[in-house]
Amino acid sequence: MALTSTAVDLATVLAGVALPNPVLTASGCAAAGRELAPYLDPAELGAVVTKSVMLRARSGRATPRMAETPSGMLNSIGLQGPGIEAFLADDLPWLAARGARAVVSIAGGSVAEFAELAGRLAGAPGLALIEANISCPNVASRGQVFACDPAAAADVVAAVTAAADVPVLAKLSPDVTDIVSIARACVAAGAAGLSMVNTLLGMVIDTDSLRPVLAGITGGLSGPAIRPVAVRCVWQVHQALPEVPILGMGGIRSGRDALQFLLAGASAVSVGTAVFHDPSAPARVLRELRADLARLGFTRVSGVVGLAHRDGGR
Amino acid sequence: MTPSQVDARLVGNDPAGAYRLLTLHAPAVAGAAEPGQFVALAVGGPDSALLLRRSFALYTADPDQGLIGIVVAEHGAGTAWLVRAPVGTTLDVVGPLGRPFRLPSAPCPAVLVAGGYGSAPMFELGRRLRALGGAVHLVLGAAAAPRLFGLAEATDVADSVTVRTDDGSAGRRGLVTDGLGELIERTRARQVYACGPMAMLQAVAEVSAACGIPAQVAVEESMACGIGVCMTCVLPVVGADGRSRMVRSCAEGPVFDADRVRWKDVGTLPADVLGAEAMGWH
Repeated sequence: MALTSTAVDLATVLAGVALPNPVLTASGCAAAGRELAPYLDPAELGAVVTKSVMLRARSGRATPRMAETPSGMLNSIGLQGPGIEAFLADDLPWLAARGARAVVSIAGGSVAEFAELAGRLAGAPGLALIEANISCPNVASRGQVFACDPAAAADVVAAVTAAADVPVLAKLSPDVTDIVSIARACVAAGAAGLSMVNTLLGMVIDTDSLRPVLAGITGGLSGPAIRPVAVRCVWQVHQALPEVPILGMGGIRSGRDALQFLLAGASAVSVGTAVFHDPSAPARVLRELRADLARLGFTRVSGVVGLAHRDGGR
Repeated sequence: MTPSQVDARLVGNDPAGAYRLLTLHAPAVAGAAEPGQFVALAVGGPDSALLLRRSFALYTADPDQGLIGIVVAEHGAGTAWLVRAPVGTTLDVVGPLGRPFRLPSAPCPAVLVAGGYGSAPMFELGRRLRALGGAVHLVLGAAAAPRLFGLAEATDVADSVTVRTDDGSAGRRGLVTDGLGELIERTRARQVYACGPMAMLQAVAEVSAACGIPAQVAVEESMACGIGVCMTCVLPVVGADGRSRMVRSCAEGPVFDADRVRWKDVGTLPADVLGAEAMGWH
């Protein structure tokens, strides 16, 4: 049976929010969408996930902030951004005016800051979801991120959920011994869904200067190199918590890569580092995913979510 | 002009001293480009393990033939792949990117200073300046003669050409800044343009400031994306409001007013940069 691509219904529901398709940008890889406008229409994506915004303007770290690695890269940006006020004044209205849905990533240094950010976003135009970035490795405390401790993660999620007027996704780190326990804690605290995964903490040493390449010494590893780790994390959490919606990310570069995450249990995916290689990557991944689903005979996205866990594979 | 992402056919891959001159058929880029702008190329083919784009200043942009030219120096796996790409290869090109050199509103003598293949954008810039009616004085420098790019073409676009090499293998031994102040005085130059390594740009900025004339410099900071989303190519720059910010050399640059760049602080996080105080506590 030959299905045409138009036969695939790409609509998906992520944490209770209806999206026209399951392909989103990833936090920190698309700014607030505007820079990608020459290469894709942000309104045609499932949503634009904006770079983590904090309460105040933040300079980010010194350079070098980046190192290319095999099928990936390390970044040590340090959450450079304009702060929530400028974001609400300039960035979110731009997305809303173009009909794009926004998933706003927020990052705070404390539970109170996370809650204040969520409160400031209440009623903002175009806001579909909040992603609580409790797992950015580029913070002063490095490994001591909220997402490495179930109780700390739960505290943030509970506060953000209480202050927010949209569903909240908790973004998890793969740098933990038992990601399922962190996932359980976030869901128990009110997370409507989970974003999985953030970067892995990594390091490169320059063998000419004999010193770390990054000014920040360590950085977050992203790109196709981490994809198997990310798929494993999504698989483990979906197996343990099959009712919990997951936004999957980590090295997605093609429609087939996206399909792996859906099969592992994600309801939608974010395309991140691939944008640096190909600024139109999210739109291309969406096209490829549509073709792959049609080729496999699926008519709806929901038909493949978590399918790899069930009997009857081909 | 709005940048495009195009599949560009490589129509020429020619030696140019220590470099390769790559010519690509990319009409959308060629028709929109201004001197000082750059293109970002994906390297290694569709399944490349090299994810980051490589950025190159435009050497030529010919809207009539739809061709662009870039100068590539081999210094890593990505550029090694590029310089060996056979004619006929399809390359994924994004551009034109960044802010170009600004031309003066009235004709005036200008000094153009370039280090190594940083000379690439200077030839078209020189032509435009001369078309406006101003004299152009070109200073080319490099470690050694093979690392000078465009020497044969220099006299076509400039009223005078000065060459400096570290080893004396072409022109006079020395740096591009040796005698630069005298050249500016003698030619009554009102504007300096420069492109090359950061240390050279800083030295050119200092000489220009001492002569009391403005300099526009195209910086070479390492970039991951080239389009303004990755935030890796930042440097501390003083804004019109007097505040320093970490700004993207791909989007707000690569051309900056030299007196706005905090040269001594590049590669550091100065305490008075906007938002630096927020870094301490988280």
